Amino acid sequence: MTDLRPRKRRGPGHVLARGASYVALSAWAFLVLFPLYWLLVTSLKEPIDVYSGPFYVPFVDFHPTLSAWRYIFVDLRNDTLRPYANTVVVALTSTGITLLLGATAAYGLARFSYRPRLGGVLMFLAAVVVALVAGSLDVPWPAAVAGATGLFLLGRASAGRRIPVALGNDDIAFWMISQRILPPVAVVIPVYVLFQRLHLLDTRTALVATYVATNLPLVVWLMRDYFRSLPVELEECAAVDGASRYRIFWSIVLPSSLPGLVATFLFALVFAWNEYLFALFLTSARAQTLPLTIAAQNATRGPQWWYMSVLILIMIVPVIAMAIVLERYIARGLLVGAVKG
Amino acid sequence: MPAHPRGPSLAGTGLELPSPLARLRRETSALLDRLAPTAFLGPAVLIVLLFSLFPLVLSLYISLVQLQFVPGGFHLSVVGLRNYLTLLVGSDRQEFLGALARPSPAGWAVLAGELALLLLWLGRAAQARVGPRGLLGRGAVAVLLGAAGWLLVHTLAPGGRPGSLVVTLVYVGAGVSVQYLLGLGLALLCAQSLPGRRFFRVVFLLPMMITPVGVAYLFRMLTDTSKGPFYPLWKLLGLSNFSWVNDPWGARIAVLIGDTWQWTPFIFIVLLAALESLPQEPVEAAVVDGASGWQVFRSITLPGILPVSSTVILIRMIEAFKIVDLPNVLTSGGPGTATESLTLHAYVIWRALDIGGSAAIAYLLLLVVTILAVAYVQLVHRRALEAAS
Repeated sequence: MTDLRPRKRRGPGHVLARGASYVALSAWAFLVLFPLYWLLVTSLKEPIDVYSGPFYVPFVDFHPTLSAWRYIFVDLRNDTLRPYANTVVVALTSTGITLLLGATAAYGLARFSYRPRLGGVLMFLAAVVVALVAGSLDVPWPAAVAGATGLFLLGRASAGRRIPVALGNDDIAFWMISQRILPPVAVVIPVYVLFQRLHLLDTRTALVATYVATNLPLVVWLMRDYFRSLPVELEECAAVDGASRYRIFWSIVLPSSLPGLVATFLFALVFAWNEYLFALFLTSARAQTLPLTIAAQNATRGPQWWYMSVLILIMIVPVIAMAIVLERYIARGLLVGAVKG
Repeated sequence: MPAHPRGPSLAGTGLELPSPLARLRRETSALLDRLAPTAFLGPAVLIVLLFSLFPLVLSLYISLVQLQFVPGGFHLSVVGLRNYLTLLVGSDRQEFLGALARPSPAGWAVLAGELALLLLWLGRAAQARVGPRGLLGRGAVAVLLGAAGWLLVHTLAPGGRPGSLVVTLVYVGAGVSVQYLLGLGLALLCAQSLPGRRFFRVVFLLPMMITPVGVAYLFRMLTDTSKGPFYPLWKLLGLSNFSWVNDPWGARIAVLIGDTWQWTPFIFIVLLAALESLPQEPVEAAVVDGASGWQVFRSITLPGILPVSSTVILIRMIEAFKIVDLPNVLTSGGPGTATESLTLHAYVIWRALDIGGSAAIAYLLLLVVTILAVAYVQLVHRRALEAAS
């Protein structure tokens, strides 16, 4: 594939450059792998081996034991497996939904031109805020929604017309990514109240909804760049042949952007798989996910490093397996779109 | 556009007369196609809007109230902007903005240089006949950058102490630039046709896969100077009794190392994908013309990956402003509040039940990052896209 080095200069210089590349790559690989090796070693230690100083090689300078693994899988059993199942279900479901909605939205932003009027948008926001305030003042919600809808239509017809500024696709995209700015700490109380009202606390549904909403902007942003790089000609041909937009998207655009989809899937999955703060507040027992189990090993007697190491290891194994399978697609895919603008 | 009837072709079967059913079908498909833009973008916009608007409004309200415990429950009393004033000029100023000290001559020189550059930039924009909106925006950016420079110089001077705002700026500035340079270097290395590069690619992705809480605990193990794996190194340096996490800059660097370890892979993989998709012909032509490796990189490769770089830096910048797990677990924000980021600051006073103050910090963070992000998109991202097209 891409060979950034000129092909012609094969000689001592080339060999030297290649050697230097390997040295640099191996150095970083060591920096990445050593902490993971340390996790593995720690998971095989008794507490005494952890506290009496650094030991590096099992069987050589300490006697390995599977007691931490046994504790996690036998003693805790359901307290490990239930969060594990929750993590898998929540991450896969939310990532699937995010990818579907995000890819369609990104395609819309890449191929259509949207011109929402600022006045209409402001009126809509005002109406939603009125509905929310009315709802929190114990106005029955059908009345609140009806009132807000009336207000929106009225406002758009009168005051909304006075603000003729039209927004564009870039503004929509920026608004989306700006939804990731507010830190979860600030959002978590309102979200908690929201799901409490909906009686969805401690359910996987609440987590899936949260992760879809928080990861959508990222997926839209990444996939938009990707779609923009696809040649339009193929889609135009299909349109001339009478295929609908939906058909074009489903049978031409999605298959030809598989690399980008796969890479974005991996990013979104990693974010949902590892999320901690929302899970901490929205779940208590039934819907708990694994990051909470890891943090819970920080007991009153200090962090239980050996249990933590086991949990971190079993948590990354599925993602690593997925990365190995998907790596070949990533390499040719992600974000090429922006290259062509 | 789709005027052709769909379904099994009727041509040649003697049934060309438009049946009512066929007309209905045609009209439905025309309607569906007209609705396509809304159908594609609508659901995502609606979900993000509904999910973000309620928290945005409610946390704005929370930032204007104070939580008080009264017999039988709690009471929210509206205090107006007092939560914000507490952070900016009141009792929390030391933790938020930091302690000011008189800058050294070098500090003054840096500040004067920065202000001169900002004025020069504004002057050039005025000469280039930028519109009034552009001038206003640039003015706001200049004021923000100038204030940030003033704060940095005053709190990082000897005797001063940076608050959570300055510490976060250091994390974002230093972290994102180091991560970008490392990620770019690794991506360039991996884009060569070296045997075994698939191994390196998968390995380099690994740190991103670990949950941030896990990474934080992992680095707490690794940075332990008496039981951690680098004990022999510390002993050799005579530092075995020294906990570098007790030294303010040592602790901040520990947080930065953890952050870099975890997030360099994100930049790496995005840039690698961009490099792989660059067309090869210009590079080959340049090599035939006798261009050096550096010249090829400087004038072909770098412009080609500029838009992607710009996007990935924007995303990383937004995420880096929210750093919380690493300083929380690794150093508990300490020593003192030396490693406290804005989000951790909000979290700490949130745990102390000052939810109004916590929301106020979040809103100030939102303000700063939004202005920076708008400026970035308008001044950098757009230009990067233009440069590549």
